[in-house]
Amino acid sequence: MGLFVNITLDGITNGMVFAALALALVLIFRATKILNFAQGAMAMMTTFIGFTLLNRGLGYWWALVAVLAIAFVLGALVERVLIRPLQGKSELNPVIVTIGLLVVLEGLAGAIYGNSSRGFPPAYSQSGLTIGHTKIAFSHFDIFILVAVLVLMVGTLALFRATTLGLRMRASAFSGEISRLLGVRVGRLLTLGWALAGVAGALAGFLVAPTSSFSPYFMDLILVYAFTAAVIGGLESPVGALIGGLITGLSISYVGGYLGSGLQPLGALVLLMVTLMARPEGIFARPTARRV
Amino acid sequence: MLEVQELSVSYGAVHALTAVTFAATPGAITAVLGANGAGKTTLLRSISGLVKTQSGSIRFNGQELVGKTVEGIARCGVAHVPEGRGIIEELTVEENLRLATLWCLGRRERERAIEETFALFPRLTGFRRRHASILSGGERQMLVIGRALISRPQLLLLDEPSLGLAPLVTAGLMALLRDHTVGTDMTVVLVEQNARSALSVSQRAVVLNLGEVVVNDAADVVAADSNLRHHYLGF
Amino acid sequence: MSGAGNLADADLLPGTPPDAAGADRSWLRHLRLPEQPLARHLILALGGGGILYLVTSSLSPYNDFLVGEIALYLIALAGLSLLTGVNGQISLGHGAFMAVGAYTIALLMTHTQLNFILELLASVGAAAVLGVVIGVPATRLKGPYLAGMTLLLALALPPIADKWSSTFGGDQGLTTTVPTAPGNINPEEWLTWIELLGALITLVLLANFLRSRFGRMLRAVRDDEIAASLAGIHVARTKVTAFVISAACAGLAGAFLGLSTGVVSTGEFPLPLSIQLLAAMVIGGTGSLMGMWWGAVLLVYLPQWSTSISSHLNLGSDVSAYLATIIFGAVLIVAMIAAPSGIQGGLRLAWGRAVRLWSGLTRKQIQPTRTG
Repeated sequence: MGLFVNITLDGITNGMVFAALALALVLIFRATKILNFAQGAMAMMTTFIGFTLLNRGLGYWWALVAVLAIAFVLGALVERVLIRPLQGKSELNPVIVTIGLLVVLEGLAGAIYGNSSRGFPPAYSQSGLTIGHTKIAFSHFDIFILVAVLVLMVGTLALFRATTLGLRMRASAFSGEISRLLGVRVGRLLTLGWALAGVAGALAGFLVAPTSSFSPYFMDLILVYAFTAAVIGGLESPVGALIGGLITGLSISYVGGYLGSGLQPLGALVLLMVTLMARPEGIFARPTARRV
Repeated sequence: MLEVQELSVSYGAVHALTAVTFAATPGAITAVLGANGAGKTTLLRSISGLVKTQSGSIRFNGQELVGKTVEGIARCGVAHVPEGRGIIEELTVEENLRLATLWCLGRRERERAIEETFALFPRLTGFRRRHASILSGGERQMLVIGRALISRPQLLLLDEPSLGLAPLVTAGLMALLRDHTVGTDMTVVLVEQNARSALSVSQRAVVLNLGEVVVNDAADVVAADSNLRHHYLGF
Repeated sequence: MSGAGNLADADLLPGTPPDAAGADRSWLRHLRLPEQPLARHLILALGGGGILYLVTSSLSPYNDFLVGEIALYLIALAGLSLLTGVNGQISLGHGAFMAVGAYTIALLMTHTQLNFILELLASVGAAAVLGVVIGVPATRLKGPYLAGMTLLLALALPPIADKWSSTFGGDQGLTTTVPTAPGNINPEEWLTWIELLGALITLVLLANFLRSRFGRMLRAVRDDEIAASLAGIHVARTKVTAFVISAACAGLAGAFLGLSTGVVSTGEFPLPLSIQLLAAMVIGGTGSLMGMWWGAVLLVYLPQWSTSISSHLNLGSDVSAYLATIIFGAVLIVAMIAAPSGIQGGLRLAWGRAVRLWSGLTRKQIQPTRTG
């Protein structure tokens, strides 16, 4: 019983991290219909930069703020320089470009920081809390993860639902051509979408880093888990990213806890294949038919 | 005042428009007529910037529109209601309206303009907060006209607004157009397959055939010429 | 709609006139080669094989080894080119198929005494089976989704070997042995010839597929699935077959890789391998077969070149370890933005221009006598 509770709690916290990166994927996919395979590597890069800042003595919170700002700029830059030239051509070319970016970023991180695994400090204590007499696998840091991702989600939803900027971003994503006819500067909003996605990804990287090996490849698995989460949630909805993240996180956790951690990616693959076969549009598919 | 000079547009090897020249004056409706494939939609899309032109010029109130971005042209006061209406189904009716006001109106003016639009089309009030996807054809038409007018455009481009609408609704729509444009300083270009109803509200008529201008005359003259009507307009 | 609309076609590049394919092959007519594809491919393969034999005989064992590596990656890349370039299905997981081929031959060599050819065929077959398993759900997926699923495959498969390390040899891995060479032939040379033979056979087979009705079906499905199915093509079956063929190629390549390194372990098949396969294919020329030579050369030599560059420039050891990766990714990005049809595509364009220039020049010389 204790094992089940711990595995479930673990799944929830993992799921929240997947949800944050999934949100990044969703933001970009909604705006530009591209799956940014480099999102994890971009998050890895900003996390490495954060690590350097922390090592130079910058406080944790200042480092986090700086990293989020850098991620914002990085996301905007990538859209402008790499993605914008490819708009309108084949569907697959931007995908391959993001893969190229993934490779370059991982190579750069390896070249600059070396391959040695190092430890990334967490914001709060990672030791489990004690309830009654038992220690559970839920620490202060896990609470921080939950709160941080929830704030991200709520902030995103508030932006989209309650602000005119959000209205413009949604309109640009749903129909770029009509929005432009109505005077909306769609190009800038797409760049903004990528910038915000960068921020979401950077947060995910910061949250994962303390529990990972923190090598240039540490976000690879998180990316594919986040991809699975985004697909389950429907690739078009932030709420979907959250639900998908929790489903994926819990599933991975149960596979890891009862079958062994080596089989977790395989579990995710099975989950992904089942979703793509049974309900490829995800849980939160939009009701209107897509224009062909 | 809209002045189109020697406008030529091709899609690859296909010449959609060849040396099209005409003018549309403010306070009047200029009808652009012709058979399917004559180039009418391409003409409007060139004016609003959706389609790249090969040569020629499009001047509105003295400003050259060729080469500007689509949103840049819209912000010059050009409202294009495209073929197929172009409502954003995933947004609510009110959001569709509000979207059109964002570039030109401040917050208080926005709300007032939105209320005025609902007063103009009371039918839409009930669907205010519902997704635009549930609207019927006629209601969608109301929404896009309202959305086009809400930004107080100086040039209004309409691509087949009567498509799919019942004759009674079309007549009401045309009447509304005439009431709102004649006497103002708005320039209206109305592309229509339904030439008869278009000619009934227009002051000027331009007829296209295979991408070229074949007739450019006052609307009543065109309506009276039965030869012309029969040959190019089908009635 | 299938995903890869604009990736280079083996026959046609965007912007070239419709008879460019014919113009391309005019040099073949000069050589008086048979028109029939199979005969033509066999003769070219025999000719190429003869040249390669002479080349490898004169090379040192180390360079023989490198030529063999080029050959095996060529096999994998050719299959991937068919899948992604000609059929429009993108795969980021081909390292997994290579791993299946490698582990199959290693297991067979460890536990059985089967004939070498049979062991190779078994590796191909095992990879083909996985190709079916992945290919069937893949029929429902569009480009980016398929890329994501195959990416996950590349990450999911190797840990299985770690999990059951007693069977799969764990970190140490399993060992393979190259069959003894006849007579006095150097073992490296022998393996290289086997790999080259495998590469030539694969190229001939794939070239025939691409020229056949099946090749036209592959392209039709890539360009417009709905139109293809309306034309009577069984879309799903075509897509799965393409997957199986490319998986089989990767399996054979994986078996050769296992033989050439002598050890098969999970460390040989990390995610970067799958990505580098895709990158090499794109840079070589998506959809082409001969372009895969460039891709294979790139895969084999880039690590060497970058090591020498970084030692020349006195860069740190960290940088040199990752320089190849960085260059790979950068070239891939630049290729996608500036030259999406890769090296082979660029060569074809240049060749086409040269041919047109030549025929323009020669025609000018003829004209005066005609009017005279």
